[in-house]
Amino acid sequence: MDTTKGKYKKKRQYGHIVTISPVMLWMIILVAVPLLIVAGMGFMTRGTYGQVEYKFTLDNYKMLAQPIYLKILLDSLGIAFLTTFFCLILGYPFAYFVANVSAKYKVILFMLIMIPFWTNSLVRTYAWIVILRTTGVLNSYLMQIGIIHQPLQLLYTNGAVILGLTYALFPFMVLSLYSSIEALDKTYLEAASDLGASPVQTFLRVTLPLTMPGISAGIILVFIPTLGLFYISDLLGGSKTMLIGNLIQNEFLTARNWPFGSAMSILLIAITVIFIVIYFKHSNGEEIEVL
Amino acid sequence: MESMVELVDIVKSFKDQSAVDHISAKVRKGEFLTLLGPSGCGKTTTLRMIAGFEEPTSGKILLDGVDVSSKSPYERDVNTVFQNYALFPHMNIFNNIAFGLKIKKMNKKEIQEKVTRTLSLVQLEGYEDRFPSQLSGGQKQRIAIARAIVNSPKVLLLDEPLGALDLKLRKQMQFELKHLQRKLGITFIYVTHDQEEALTMSDRIAVMNKGRIEQIGVPDEIYERPRTKFVADFIGETNIFEGRLKEKDGSKAITEIEDGQVINVVDDKEKIDEIKIGEVIVFAVRPERMKVSYEKVASRNTLKGKFKERIFVGSINKTVVLLSNGREVVINEPAVDTLGINEDIDDLYVYWDQQDGVVII
Repeated sequence: MDTTKGKYKKKRQYGHIVTISPVMLWMIILVAVPLLIVAGMGFMTRGTYGQVEYKFTLDNYKMLAQPIYLKILLDSLGIAFLTTFFCLILGYPFAYFVANVSAKYKVILFMLIMIPFWTNSLVRTYAWIVILRTTGVLNSYLMQIGIIHQPLQLLYTNGAVILGLTYALFPFMVLSLYSSIEALDKTYLEAASDLGASPVQTFLRVTLPLTMPGISAGIILVFIPTLGLFYISDLLGGSKTMLIGNLIQNEFLTARNWPFGSAMSILLIAITVIFIVIYFKHSNGEEIEVL
Repeated sequence: MESMVELVDIVKSFKDQSAVDHISAKVRKGEFLTLLGPSGCGKTTTLRMIAGFEEPTSGKILLDGVDVSSKSPYERDVNTVFQNYALFPHMNIFNNIAFGLKIKKMNKKEIQEKVTRTLSLVQLEGYEDRFPSQLSGGQKQRIAIARAIVNSPKVLLLDEPLGALDLKLRKQMQFELKHLQRKLGITFIYVTHDQEEALTMSDRIAVMNKGRIEQIGVPDEIYERPRTKFVADFIGETNIFEGRLKEKDGSKAITEIEDGQVINVVDDKEKIDEIKIGEVIVFAVRPERMKVSYEKVASRNTLKGKFKERIFVGSINKTVVLLSNGREVVINEPAVDTLGINEDIDDLYVYWDQQDGVVII
């Protein structure tokens, strides 16, 4: 089915090249050119005063292999992994619930997801600081009801970063899961139940594999931004948490080492591309049998 | 005979609307029972309650003598063939058919054997590795049946399974399904709105209308002796007459119809007994039980009328005669044995055997 659609598309594409050319131009100027600049920059040398010297070198990439940078990369991947994990296990039940309530409640639930988007995410991140800091809302409340006697160090921890990232990216996970769960034909669930599968078995053998496209899309939509959302780890992680996003930001703005920052960006892009390739490999295959 | 499924005074309401209205029926072991009716008559709801997808608002469902009313579908030993097949798109044919067996934790070798045997039963050997999206409608249908019968359920429920197939394939599948049912001896409950399908395949038919069972019986009985006007009308073509009971003579009702002509209706004595002299009596006569003549025919019921039109439908001739009371009567006669009609002749007589009229409620 998909292949015939593809052929059809190819034929048409040729004739439509004129109509899409403004978009193409836009993409070339704002995406392709900057990317090429960054790619090229990664092989340049940093001058003594932070300027870029156009001398070819592989030093920037060699530097990436140093243990300190590898650790930052691994930490970043670890936090991205945990964030994605929490988004998924919190998002799936929520999306499932939203997909199965009546239309009236659906609207309300969607509003609840969408409303935060109307506020700048930086502002929302500051709100977390108000909640989490030692004299913040959460600590004062816990002390008031007597669960703790000393304020807890909640802010400036990896936990706070994961919390902030999960909060920021949760809607992306829910929306992509929702579209997949919503599209699931309920007769498949009836058929599974009819064939003797308990609700848990039905979920594992039918619902989960059939909503896999939504799960993979959600993972991609959460995992990749996590690696780049530097301001959240900046604000909630303080100086203790250095992630690859912060590092890149630092190299460009503070350390003024554009070539090294570029090399790191390219590494980040490469990681991203690998994940996207895995995603497409997965979603194209028909046999996404999990069990 | 023992009953496999027993419906005891089942009611199902959705919000204020009642979909099924006090249904009671017994389905015998190994029987092919069809629930027949127009859309919205409650036949699918009834089937879904037997499967367990819907819970009856009141009443009981017994499966092989055990009350299963409150059990979930996965706890019931019945399987369903869905209207849209509902084959799992992410599994190949083998895994689709093996689904129920794997859930039961049957060992691999046994599963393999059963799947192979069932595939050959539905004449799709060697299709194990294909995916549902690679099959035609008819093939999907067979796989859907295979996936259900491989579990040897006590009852197989079929919800308009042939609805999506073209006419020729449908006819073929009707025969195959009937064969399969005889071979396996599984009780089939089959839902359809296609009366011909019901008549061809069923051991018994339950004709449903507005959430009730109008009549339940063997196809021949449903066709030849419809009990209600709805059944007479819904199954095949029929001519319905209304008259007033003039006199009774055992199982014979001497009836005066609207324009004063008198005819005799012979039916079961109990049915005739229910109607009092002077009351309205309604009866039906099948078009193929009637004939056309130029003269009155002795010892038959004869009505006078005018020729209206004749339609040639292949093996039969359909003649429409206008009676003097303004009603039209349709007569189907074999093409080889039809009275030649001279269009100039006005007066015609329609006649039929007294036993061929069926009193209906």
